[in-house]
Amino acid sequence: MYYNVFGEKVSKRRFKEMCEAAKNRRELIAAGLTSRRDLMKMGLLTAGGMLVAKSGLSARAQTQSQAPAPAGPATRTNKPPSSGQNTSPGTNQNCVPGNQTQSPTTKPFVTPLPIMPIAAKTALSTFDPQPTNAPNTSSGADGSEHRAFTHQGPDRFPGQFPNANALGNNYYKFHQRQFTTNQMSPQLPAQTIWGFDDGTHGPMSPGPTYQAFYGTPQMTRNINSLPNINQVNNTGFGFPSVSTHLHNAHNPSESDGNPCDFYANGQFCDQYYPNVLAGFSTGQFGTSGDINESLATLWYHDHRVDFTSQNTYKGLTGFYCLFNNLDTGDESTGFHLPSFPAFDIPLHFSDRVFDPNTGDLVFDLFNLDGILGDKFLVNGVIQPFLQVEPRRYRFRLLDTGPSRFYQFFLTGNISSNPTTNPFWLIGTDGNLIPAPVQVTSVRIGPAERVDIIIDFSSLAGQTVYLENRLSQLNGQGPVAVDSQLFTQDEAVNTECSGVLAKTTPAIKMAGAGDLVLQFQVSGKAVRDGSADPRTQTFYSLPTTTDTPRIVRTFKFDRLNGQWSINGQFMDCGIGPSGFSEKFRFTVQENSSEHWLLTNLTGDWTHPVHIHLEEHQILSRNRKAPTVATDLGRKDVTQLHPNERVELFFRFRDWLHKYPIHCHNVVHEDHAMMALWHIEATGDNIQVP
Amino acid sequence: MSDFSRRRFIRLTAAAPLAAGVLSSTALTETGKSFSPVPGKASPAAKAGRSFVPMTQEIARKRIQEQHLPNLPMLTHEGKRVLFYDDLVKDRVVTLNFFYSHCDEICPLVTANLVKVQKLLGAQVGRDIHMYSFTLKPEEDSVDVIRNYRKKFGANWTFLTTTPDAMEKLRKAIGFSYPDPKIDADKTQHIGNVRYGNEPLMYWAACPGMARAEFVAESWQWMIHPR
Repeated sequence: MYYNVFGEKVSKRRFKEMCEAAKNRRELIAAGLTSRRDLMKMGLLTAGGMLVAKSGLSARAQTQSQAPAPAGPATRTNKPPSSGQNTSPGTNQNCVPGNQTQSPTTKPFVTPLPIMPIAAKTALSTFDPQPTNAPNTSSGADGSEHRAFTHQGPDRFPGQFPNANALGNNYYKFHQRQFTTNQMSPQLPAQTIWGFDDGTHGPMSPGPTYQAFYGTPQMTRNINSLPNINQVNNTGFGFPSVSTHLHNAHNPSESDGNPCDFYANGQFCDQYYPNVLAGFSTGQFGTSGDINESLATLWYHDHRVDFTSQNTYKGLTGFYCLFNNLDTGDESTGFHLPSFPAFDIPLHFSDRVFDPNTGDLVFDLFNLDGILGDKFLVNGVIQPFLQVEPRRYRFRLLDTGPSRFYQFFLTGNISSNPTTNPFWLIGTDGNLIPAPVQVTSVRIGPAERVDIIIDFSSLAGQTVYLENRLSQLNGQGPVAVDSQLFTQDEAVNTECSGVLAKTTPAIKMAGAGDLVLQFQVSGKAVRDGSADPRTQTFYSLPTTTDTPRIVRTFKFDRLNGQWSINGQFMDCGIGPSGFSEKFRFTVQENSSEHWLLTNLTGDWTHPVHIHLEEHQILSRNRKAPTVATDLGRKDVTQLHPNERVELFFRFRDWLHKYPIHCHNVVHEDHAMMALWHIEATGDNIQVP
Repeated sequence: MSDFSRRRFIRLTAAAPLAAGVLSSTALTETGKSFSPVPGKASPAAKAGRSFVPMTQEIARKRIQEQHLPNLPMLTHEGKRVLFYDDLVKDRVVTLNFFYSHCDEICPLVTANLVKVQKLLGAQVGRDIHMYSFTLKPEEDSVDVIRNYRKKFGANWTFLTTTPDAMEKLRKAIGFSYPDPKIDADKTQHIGNVRYGNEPLMYWAACPGMARAEFVAESWQWMIHPR
């Protein structure tokens, strides 16, 4: 049986026509016959402006196909793309699942890359009510507090962590607000979205970037100032109820931003960020913790249970960069990494869809599998450009989803013979790896981060691109996983199967992918005070040889369209306290565990995220990992089809509730999440 | 051509001139000439852009209705004729799920679980929240069959049937389909989720029909008393 993008049955003949139409369109482009006049001359376009429907040459039909690569495995060459191969930058030709529209045309590389400002602090004196260690019982101008329990830092470690009202000047007040912006593209109308307002820079999305330091505890009062939840204030998606998670932080659970600790407008949560290394309470590393657990590139985002995909899509995301006396943000000290923020730039990737008639941001509310956009945004702008000097830069790449995986290449010489330029991988999930690794590409999935160094000195005067060459057709994940690249010999099971078949490249040819960000490298030589990655070493990896107290197994599966972990579904178990009281298992404080993540489905990739502690990947299908991005410390691990991944954990320092979940936020919102606890005594549940 | 697909057809027609726009902009980039415009300066053509229909909340609501809540004719377990959007969903907090009477695997579990949820919600069902279950096999499940099915489980919400064609449209419209057509056609693997939403406030989500009944009830309360 054959289906069109609306999921409606079509005849085999009609399906062939649809495929043929896509092919026609490519040929038309190749032939340069693209103006209305040309098309009309050929009888392909009627005077009314409608493309001749009987051949299927419609706006929707073109999204049916990806230009097939030449047959055979040799799809990745330096051969210049034939004309027509290099499709319009940003016009994603992927097969988008039904019920999705195609965005209006936008012109790429006309808007400079915005760099989010460093988050501004707010004086403690303006906090009303004043912060308290226990959840605030009085309300004030900031509203009333919704927090699960007392701050563990000053409560359990009083000598080490100051009280909530004694953090010096390290306070932030972040309002979540609705606002209107023209930032995305000059061709699109103003958009009403959600963002963070630090009180100085006004509301923005992505939110301001925190510049945080180990050893300096800080607090953010996250205030829900979104529209009244009981009124129609909505542009068609988003639920103005929030819980802001600081992703990857080694944070106490009451400040973690648990998905079940959400609150509506008029309420706030004081989130105490101790900025302390894991292991600080074990006695093994003094009171400062294990330097080899240093974190660098974190992010914050809404985590409201069942609505995270909508709320993050609407803008509730931002960066949190954490420094110490080695990773200082100053290239004249420590590891001599490029200086923040001039040469150390966070890049926030997201893909989005806009309504063809109104031009406004739309979200497929009724999707269960995962959502792909046909517009690629970096720091909130569709395909921006960045002017750089011919020197080294550190970029912190973050995939905010909702469901897109990327494989980024640095492509030069785009107009004639595209080149692939090497760069340095220095961090996985934002944490520095033991030593830089030179790579030609890097893959990230939803919620993953990589830190890279690009040395533009050899590219002076050139224009180069960050290009996503990964083929992804729907929310299932990329066409093939790293371990299967170029060996794929079966047809891909999607509604586009007829088009994709064996010749669909997992990785597109140079220049044939999505050009996401343009770098304009100036020609004038400059001084570079940062260290050569070849000569650098960073932290060592913590050992993974401890005997685990327990090995737990987590099967990520789909039961009648219901996303599950070990056959069970998300359950906040919100009790009389107003907070979650149910959880699936208990980890023992100061113990090591192995977690086996399994995925027996043949066609879904799940980026699995675990809060509180990082992990290291011990094996994929019983073999040691080989891909560079698998070799560091992680907080999100891609669980590929038919895979069993073994992770090593140490659980320390903070107690109580955290989740494990799929970070394809559409899966997460449809119950692929479980709550667990860490307490003084753990349980022995092997299959929670 | 039914009303529903005609609307789609009209939408496509409206979008068609856009296709030409896509093509010509592609051509621009194909030539390689105007690939990187003067930094920071949008070209006059780019600035001019195209005109859009101004966005309103009414358009947002109508868009959800047109794409996902088709106004299809339905028959209730009492044999009453209703229209899906106008009579069942509009201005209401609703839950939507699918079953069929001869389903041996997932349906009885989901229906039994929803009966538990119904008991937890008590008098709110039919007043503050409207629960609807739709048969995936209308060709087998007549009004009598679904009435008996409902009675057998002790369900007090509304069960519905319609023509196979209309039901298939509804299923796709509310997104209860698989990307793989082979799996999608296998009714034993049908989607066991329950869509829940507040139509006038445009809040929509879904939960597994087999999730713990107390949590299902809790999540539906977010639509009745948003928080």
